[in-house]
Amino acid sequence: MQKAVARERKNNPVIVLFFILVSILIIIPLLYVVSVSLSYDGDIARYGYKLIPERITFKAYSYLFQTPKALLQSYFITVTVTAIGTVLSLVLTSSVAYVMTRKDYRYSKITTFFVFFTLLFNAGLVPSYIIATNVLHIQNTIWALILPYGVSAWFTMLMKGFMDSLPFEIVESAKIDGSSELNTFLRIIIPLSKPALATVGLFYALAYWNDWWLAMLYIQDERLIPLQYYLQRIMSNIEFLTKSVQAGISIDLSEIPAESSRMAIAILAAGPMLFAFPFFQKYLIKGLTVGAVKG
Amino acid sequence: MAVMKAIRNEWKHFLKAKSLFFISLPALIVVFVFYYMPMYGIIIAFKDINYAKGIWGSDWVGFKNFEFFFNSQDAFRITRNTLLLNGTFIAIGIFFSIIIGLLLAELGRGLVKIFQTILFFPYFLSWVVVGFVSYILLNPSFGVINKVMEQFHLTAVDWYSEPKYWPIILTLTYLWKNVGYTAIIFFTGLISIDASYYEAASIDGATRFQQIRKISIPLIAPLITLLVILNVGRIFYSDFGLFYFIPRDAGMLYSTTDVVDTYVFRSLRVVGDLGMASAASLYQAVVGLVLVFSTNLIVRRFNKDNAIF
Repeated sequence: MQKAVARERKNNPVIVLFFILVSILIIIPLLYVVSVSLSYDGDIARYGYKLIPERITFKAYSYLFQTPKALLQSYFITVTVTAIGTVLSLVLTSSVAYVMTRKDYRYSKITTFFVFFTLLFNAGLVPSYIIATNVLHIQNTIWALILPYGVSAWFTMLMKGFMDSLPFEIVESAKIDGSSELNTFLRIIIPLSKPALATVGLFYALAYWNDWWLAMLYIQDERLIPLQYYLQRIMSNIEFLTKSVQAGISIDLSEIPAESSRMAIAILAAGPMLFAFPFFQKYLIKGLTVGAVKG
Repeated sequence: MAVMKAIRNEWKHFLKAKSLFFISLPALIVVFVFYYMPMYGIIIAFKDINYAKGIWGSDWVGFKNFEFFFNSQDAFRITRNTLLLNGTFIAIGIFFSIIIGLLLAELGRGLVKIFQTILFFPYFLSWVVVGFVSYILLNPSFGVINKVMEQFHLTAVDWYSEPKYWPIILTLTYLWKNVGYTAIIFFTGLISIDASYYEAASIDGATRFQQIRKISIPLIAPLITLLVILNVGRIFYSDFGLFYFIPRDAGMLYSTTDVVDTYVFRSLRVVGDLGMASAASLYQAVVGLVLVFSTNLIVRRFNKDNAIF
């Protein structure tokens, strides 16, 4: 792979033009979201959604920040779920991936099969739902938003691919020095796996941050609604915004900048990802390479 | 006696391997609880579930749930939609990803970085957010597309009640969100090709296009097959968010947007018909398994190295 010399050649203008067009197609719809969030609802009603607002206003944002309880609550839930979920998933994934790579471990093959079989056959939504709600009773708890994603066979595969490339001699010499298995794993393997942990951790964090599915299935409790699901409910019903924000107090619906508020919330939900993204990218692409080579 | 001895023997082996086993135990428990325990729940499809009696205590009804499901018009509709739409996504998606990946590899470093970032970006947005974006384009009264059409003196379309446009809308949305990601997978495959192949080829007077055809494409062929197998194996499973949030769960559009996943979800959570939901869900699981095995088998026929198992 090191031989992939950066081929410095002149950029073909046709190809550059092609990518500029593709980029415009990707960016323009996103700019509309920003622009609508900064528009007056009256202007939207009159002119439709505009790429450049007729007049700029931060009314939607100030409205959201004036009555931020539900929004903050869902932010809090999403941050908590992402933090706990990512750490937990990394602990689980790295430990099980590690024993898979130990060829001297009697059950390494069967462990591998046990985890990867879940990629081939999945019982499906209904049995999973029934088990979660009627046997485990995790509905309406924060665990319903975390545990089902605890171990992903995909990310375990990615992790295993990386750990396979670590020299086995390290483990052997640690053994000779009298290090316990747990100690070897925690003190030697984990520090060596930092790049893989970063990549897989980012994939997990992304999955937790962007999740609405588990909330849609298992959460009815208003206090446990994560950001993405909150956003979805506002999309289908803007009244949810007012209802959840000021329970019991009736307010004039026409007072709310409905169109712009929706988009403002969308930006607040996607925003943190937008800022974190440039830092992530390097690791994610590294992860793709591992995945691509190892299959 | 022999069994006892075997067990005792295995126990001895286990004691030696126990530290590694206990390291992995928490993960094994999570996998067992969330993937294997539901497999027992498959029997729900053969029962008339009564919560008071519990899963095991409910009455067996044999294949009755399946009879209902396959005799409804829904079974055909959701199977057709799932296969056609996902099939289109795979074919068109992989085609465009290869093209974009190849073109990215033609650019110099600085530009690659910029375009790569832009291409990758939509992959980071959740379907809920993408649903908002598509709503801005498609909203019948304020939407961008209808406003543009007005300027060209075309009649506005009520997108959320015209099912015939949706196969195209869904495909374009799928491409918008995912093509960049897959293209970058191909791109990383392409840049890992040894540069000396290209040098040798250009010394022999091969044009850039010939180099792509004879070097780039054959060398990323295993990667292409891998992605095709993985995707075809999962063709019966749909990206729920795309089919649920982009059409905004509009009943008028079900004829072209309803897939197995959205159908199962609705039967379970909206209609509350557990029999239908579990029958459709098991149907999906079984067909899914068959598809994974058969695609892998076909690939192994052609090229043993490219098969996954």
